[in-house]
Amino acid sequence: MIALTFLAAGAAVVPLLVILAYLLKEGAGALSLGFFTHMPRPAGEPGGGMANAIVGTLILVGVASVIGLPIGIGAGLYLAEHKGMKLAELVRFLADVLNGLPSIVMGIFAWEFLVRPLGHFSALAGGAALGAMMIPLVTRTTEEMVRTVPQSLREAALALGYPRWRTSLQIVLRTALGGIVTGVLVAVARVAGETAPLLFTVIGNQFWSTDLTQPIAALPLQIYTYATGPYDDWHAQAWAGSLVLIGLVLVISIIARVMARARHGGGHD
Amino acid sequence: MTSSASTATPPRRPSIQGSVVADRIYRAAILIFALCIPLLLLLIFLEVGAAGWPALRRFGFGFLTSSTWDPVQGQFGAAPAIAGTLLTSAIALLIATPLAIGGAIFLSEFSPKWLRQPIAFFIDLLAAVPSVVFGLWGIFVLLPLLRTSVMPFLRDTLHLGATPFFSGPAYGPSVLAASLILAIMILPFIAAVSREVLLAVPRTQREAALALGATRWETITGAVVPYAKTGILGGIILGLGRALGETMAVTMLIGNRHELSASLFAPGYTMASLIANEFSEATTDIHLSALMAVGFVLLVITLIVNAAARSLVRRVGGLSR
Repeated sequence: MIALTFLAAGAAVVPLLVILAYLLKEGAGALSLGFFTHMPRPAGEPGGGMANAIVGTLILVGVASVIGLPIGIGAGLYLAEHKGMKLAELVRFLADVLNGLPSIVMGIFAWEFLVRPLGHFSALAGGAALGAMMIPLVTRTTEEMVRTVPQSLREAALALGYPRWRTSLQIVLRTALGGIVTGVLVAVARVAGETAPLLFTVIGNQFWSTDLTQPIAALPLQIYTYATGPYDDWHAQAWAGSLVLIGLVLVISIIARVMARARHGGGHD
Repeated sequence: MTSSASTATPPRRPSIQGSVVADRIYRAAILIFALCIPLLLLLIFLEVGAAGWPALRRFGFGFLTSSTWDPVQGQFGAAPAIAGTLLTSAIALLIATPLAIGGAIFLSEFSPKWLRQPIAFFIDLLAAVPSVVFGLWGIFVLLPLLRTSVMPFLRDTLHLGATPFFSGPAYGPSVLAASLILAIMILPFIAAVSREVLLAVPRTQREAALALGATRWETITGAVVPYAKTGILGGIILGLGRALGETMAVTMLIGNRHELSASLFAPGYTMASLIANEFSEATTDIHLSALMAVGFVLLVITLIVNAAARSLVRRVGGLSR
């Protein structure tokens, strides 16, 4: 029986290793300095890279953070300070429900809400969709981290004459900041890899663009286009792009995990 | 009040007046931010519903039951897509759940302490892999594997080809391929929730069972797992919620065909992959609205499933997945 459960655990670990192995095998070949600095070339021409897509992903994540972080941290503070109240319970529940919505539904929403009225696709709309996806993640992490700050710290600050708002922002939030940053990193890692919302909002861009009001290239989108295309060097680039994307996601996840473990001094299993 | 004869100036504190106003502003601000969440959900529901309304009004309930998807004639029925979503998710759950729970049992009961962290780490990393990367790997590794080895094995060696479920040519892109990749994708979610729930079972449960003479395995199946039953069920439904909404990997592997077929080898469609696939090609308003209506159906289904999952997990006590 133990062997069976061990095999089951193995079934969870093996796919990751296999995928990583293939990514390295297929993607490392197409990965070069040119990949990071060149623009896409017409199909059939060698060389070419995903510079615009990489920058595009960074821009999108930036816009998403500008939207998602303030709302997420603010909502998290509210939930932590009003625990037990009916409204807080409802908001927490709805945040979890929002978290589970398919990313394609977020994309449709952003399309209907931002793209249609404005008349064109834009990086802003994509960033907004991704930001909306970040909100529940950041909210939950902020709430949990703020709750771990001991009450005595808050009471000490209040006793020293700090008004409540300064207590919350300068004392409590700053203490919980490490954990909040960890949660933000996890949220960023998640939205950086999302493709479906981008299909409806930024649709990709073959050229170099950093204009927020125009379509923009993005790494997951480019991977999708190249992977489903008919050209071999496109496929090779898709592998390379995936390697970069998963490298980004994994590095961020690992950093977040290491930070969390360092804070908890060994952590629990 | 006795006045102090000290010559040192007391530290300047913010005035009470100013801080009352600032406090009010702060509390109003975080309340507004918090209300953004229910507002956002409501907005999503209304916007997607409004976008799909023309199609829903035109086709009525038949939209859910009709199999005709004809952009040229303007006839749209989402039944194959809905069925495909439910079928792939169900198969993915069937495959992933035993593996996930088994793995979680291993981690919480049998695993040596030094192995626990790395395995849990790997499982969580699997959850972080983007969907499009799964799709890419699926196209170039899983599909050829299915086409050349697994499908012929199922059809000929195991003689399952005689049943309608494994009949038909083995193209590769199929309901089976999509279900398999979905299973890999939801496995870490079910495993993570199950692991946390199992670890939270109090020692007294295990000790009581052992004291009554149960073997190790009997303890697990008789005392630990039943105690964690609700949470595990919540984790499973959570995995279901993920599977229902997965888009990219499924689009790349399912073959994208509007057809309700009994065979797992046949290409099919899911709601999410339908929208992703046809969105850029939808030229008429009614086609677009039909796609949005499919999105609305997907939204409603996942809302219900996620709400159910969260209320189950919540009952076990504050898990942050």
